[in-house]
Amino acid sequence: MSPVTEYINILIYLGVALFIGVAALLAGALLGPKRPRPTKLMPYESGNDPIGRVERYPVHFYVVAMLFIIFDVEVAFLWPYAVNAGPLGVGGLIAVIVFVGIVMAGFVYEWLKGVMKWD
Amino acid sequence: MEFVWTAVKALLVVVGLLTAFAYMTLVERRLLARFQHRLGPNRVGPMGLLQPLADAIKSIFKEDITVREADRLVYLLAPLISITFALVAFGLIPFGPEGAFFGLDPWVLDIDMGILYLFAVSEMAVYGVFLAGWASNSKYSLLGSLRSAAALVSYELGLGISLLAPVILVGSLNLREIVEWQAQNGWLILWQFPAFLVFTIATMAEAARTPFDLPEAEQELVSGYNTEYSSIKWALFQMAEYVHLITASALIPTLFLGGWHAPAFLPDIPFLWLFVKMALFLFLFIWIRATWFRLRYDQLMRFSWGVLLPVALVWFVVTAAWVVFKGGVA
Repeated sequence: MSPVTEYINILIYLGVALFIGVAALLAGALLGPKRPRPTKLMPYESGNDPIGRVERYPVHFYVVAMLFIIFDVEVAFLWPYAVNAGPLGVGGLIAVIVFVGIVMAGFVYEWLKGVMKWD
Repeated sequence: MEFVWTAVKALLVVVGLLTAFAYMTLVERRLLARFQHRLGPNRVGPMGLLQPLADAIKSIFKEDITVREADRLVYLLAPLISITFALVAFGLIPFGPEGAFFGLDPWVLDIDMGILYLFAVSEMAVYGVFLAGWASNSKYSLLGSLRSAAALVSYELGLGISLLAPVILVGSLNLREIVEWQAQNGWLILWQFPAFLVFTIATMAEAARTPFDLPEAEQELVSGYNTEYSSIKWALFQMAEYVHLITASALIPTLFLGGWHAPAFLPDIPFLWLFVKMALFLFLFIWIRATWFRLRYDQLMRFSWGVLLPVALVWFVVTAAWVVFKGGVA
């Protein structure tokens, strides 16, 4: 166990990094010209007004995110095993193989379903 | 008092990283030029050494445009999130034994959850990318950001699963202990070569380098999620990307190549050896960028899910079986 002070150090570090970032943004905001023009503020479309609205996008990304969550949960289960693999011995190994096998069965299923085919 | 030293060290690391980022851009341009038989930027200052400074001043003094109909708060927050969480990951890396830094420890953070902390902060990069695309209110930015975010989370998995196997051998998540273990038992790359390969490939994707640099593919989708950003905000995204790269090139040696310890029987000099290894990896990344083509987006995803993930998982199970039946390291 690390002492709690180490975790306070993380907060200090975060504070320092955030301060630098804010300082950079402030410098950028204060310096430099300020000449807004309607054409300048338009979203990118080579000078034309963009056609269509920004709202819908392919559902693929949702699927990828969902799969990522599932597998990340799997990894979260595997970390505690990884640290204690030796002491847990053969029983632990069998349990982990069963667990990984179940998740991988799901993975094979979605792979054969063609989730990763982008066309 | 201890916290004051932490703050000082954190400030040093952050400023050091920003300087390193500036000069990395120069080194990269010069090296890419060398690979292509040309000279690269050598006009500003001797050997182009003032080029990064000129670039920085230019980007600060450019007009800071907020696009019409952008989500103003999120538009401002996205680069801030990107840069903050890029900077925060570096503090874990040990550069030497205790007290090697003028009597202080040569690291900013020393936590037992080291590796998990790394994953937590590298996941935050996805937020920066996605929010930038969303806040810009431009369909190209949105699509670019979605692609980048999907690629980032996919390779994050390869990253995580590839590190499980070395952790089985070491039995700790603390980076310092991983380095010490390597000093005792030999570098992890010898024990864990497949994990090393998967991890290196995944970090290249995380830092958005070729062959995985779709987020900044200039010819495709109008350069990705930072299309609508100008001046310092755009610079902050670039900065975050390079800081990720520098962190990756420090992490790989720390985890797999013995950290700050010297190779073979050379004397251990704190700082020096890790800097040498970092330079090697940075050179390797630039070399790869100069040499390779870019993957198409569907190939990128298939490679992550279809190759890296199964390989890493199988290797994890193999390592676990090996540790259980051999009873640890021989």
